[in-house]
Amino acid sequence: MKEYTAIKELPYYEELDFYKKQKRIVLQNCGLIDPEKIDDYIEKKGYQAAAKAITQMKSKEIIEEVKKSGLRGRGGGGFPTGLKWQFAKDAEGEKKYIVCNADEGDPGAFMDRSLLEGDPHKLLEGMMIAAYAIDADEGYIYVRAEYPLAIRRLKKAISQAEELGLLGENIFGTEFNFKIHIKEGAGAFVCGEETALMASIEGKRGTPTSRPPYPAQSGLWGKPTNINNVETYANIPFIIDNGAEEFNKFGTENSSGTKVFALTGKIKNTGLVEVPMGLSLRDIIYDIGGGITDDKGFKAVQTGGPSGGCIPAEQLDLKIDYDSLKEIGAMMGSGGMVVMDEDTCMVDVARFFLTFTQSESCGKCTPCRLGTKRMLEILERITEGEGKKGDIEKLEQLGKVIKEASLCGLGQTAPNPVLTTIKYFRDEYEAHINDKKCPAGQCDALKGSYVIDEDHCIGCGQCKTVCPADAITGKKQKAHTIDPEACISCGACAEVCPVNAISN
Amino acid sequence: MKSFSELKEYQNEISEKKKNNQKIDDKPEIIIGMGTCGIAAGAKKIRNAVVDVVKEKNLDVKITETGCIGMCEKEPLMDIKMPGMERVTYGEIEESDVKRIINKHVFEKKIVKEFAIARILE
Repeated sequence: MKEYTAIKELPYYEELDFYKKQKRIVLQNCGLIDPEKIDDYIEKKGYQAAAKAITQMKSKEIIEEVKKSGLRGRGGGGFPTGLKWQFAKDAEGEKKYIVCNADEGDPGAFMDRSLLEGDPHKLLEGMMIAAYAIDADEGYIYVRAEYPLAIRRLKKAISQAEELGLLGENIFGTEFNFKIHIKEGAGAFVCGEETALMASIEGKRGTPTSRPPYPAQSGLWGKPTNINNVETYANIPFIIDNGAEEFNKFGTENSSGTKVFALTGKIKNTGLVEVPMGLSLRDIIYDIGGGITDDKGFKAVQTGGPSGGCIPAEQLDLKIDYDSLKEIGAMMGSGGMVVMDEDTCMVDVARFFLTFTQSESCGKCTPCRLGTKRMLEILERITEGEGKKGDIEKLEQLGKVIKEASLCGLGQTAPNPVLTTIKYFRDEYEAHINDKKCPAGQCDALKGSYVIDEDHCIGCGQCKTVCPADAITGKKQKAHTIDPEACISCGACAEVCPVNAISN
Repeated sequence: MKSFSELKEYQNEISEKKKNNQKIDDKPEIIIGMGTCGIAAGAKKIRNAVVDVVKEKNLDVKITETGCIGMCEKEPLMDIKMPGMERVTYGEIEESDVKRIINKHVFEKKIVKEFAIARILE
């Protein structure tokens, strides 16, 4: 193979499998411009949409355009953005606020972080347009303190925009004033819920309150407030610049545009992708993601983080949009996509996600506080081999009640991973409970003791050396044996065996 | 910014300045992916290695940063943009590879196949 080549032999980005099916609207500049230089952003037509909106459009026209675009909340809820703006615009009040929810907290999700780090001005521009549209003059970005680089770049971006007069007073020579503050969140997952988030900005304990009143009527400090996610705002400059029709060319009928996903887990090309809505899971996981690590079998994909659901192989051809995902019990969520292979135990996955939501439950309402605790106890029991008949039904019943009775989105979605794994992988739950077996071989308590195949054992003694329980005996060059009473099923022997003669 | 036209003018100024700069001092540019993902994969070490090579060879190049382009799997990423040539992305590089890539790409305009991922249409 030649070590060096000419540039014309190299493929373009667009020709790589990873990028072929992507459409980058939100991430258009990420990885290409220097995020710390406002000139780089302006050169790529940056702030042009804001200038157009503020100097040439009435707020009504902007809201109409956003409505026509069909843009829906990218934080996961999928509420129509234009309508949300309309409510805030129509609300009475001298003082209004714009809030950006950058409290990204799902395990395995990093969409917002990449955008904030890679193209912070796009968010500022989107917020500016929203502020002008609803008559707000002040905005907050609520971003978690665990994102220090994102915060540093945002701060830099804000001060650069202020220097050029893009933020401040009489922007573009109009009456429009707008300033943006950053509020660093301490990392409580519940603060991603809008009412808890605003309480946190106000310096109160971050717990949700019941709605109505909605933030559009009474939000931050009781004033009409529009709150959207990072990705939602980042779509706005494109819509204003190119028009709703252009935006509508991408996506499906009820979910227009693109969605950013963070591909993680047992997938070859982990990374950040932006695809038109309506692409199938197969397209994303196999064509873009390159398939499963080590060419193992695909088992499930978890979308929407701890609030989402596990989608099985039968649904790989599902066209992804807000409604299709909801139909099968999952949800779009903010865009985390955790891919699992055949070695994953679905009961254990459900336990993992519930451990997360249970510890992040703020404790304000009983169904979430106690319900998730009881569900977790049952799941832990099942994975430890203590599952009882009726456990599955109890989980289903608890899940249903928690979904219906919880105060906020955290509780209302927390049972989803459990309910979807029961729906699609009920046999695994049954195997754990009835047969005391973990089909994927992941739950330690359910692993049987290991045995050595005497016909294949070469008597090298490596297993004997690593066994922490001294359960293996045998003479050099002779077949070894494992004492099933002493074996703790740790699997260390199977890992070192050079001839794969040990199994359980 | 007092008006839309002022923004337009500013925009033109930036592109003009860039064009003129390119005419006057055509400098190669080395761009390092410095998102959290890049840094976690060792982008800071790569950046230091680039600075070292540039010092050692007394090169007149610009060293800049960018965010995450999405291929977290291939981090750390380093792009090289030579005057009159398209920007090329190299991935999964280690400190020890930096010198060879710069030597070949900047001095001989040859692409090091082992690490090259793609070129960017500009």
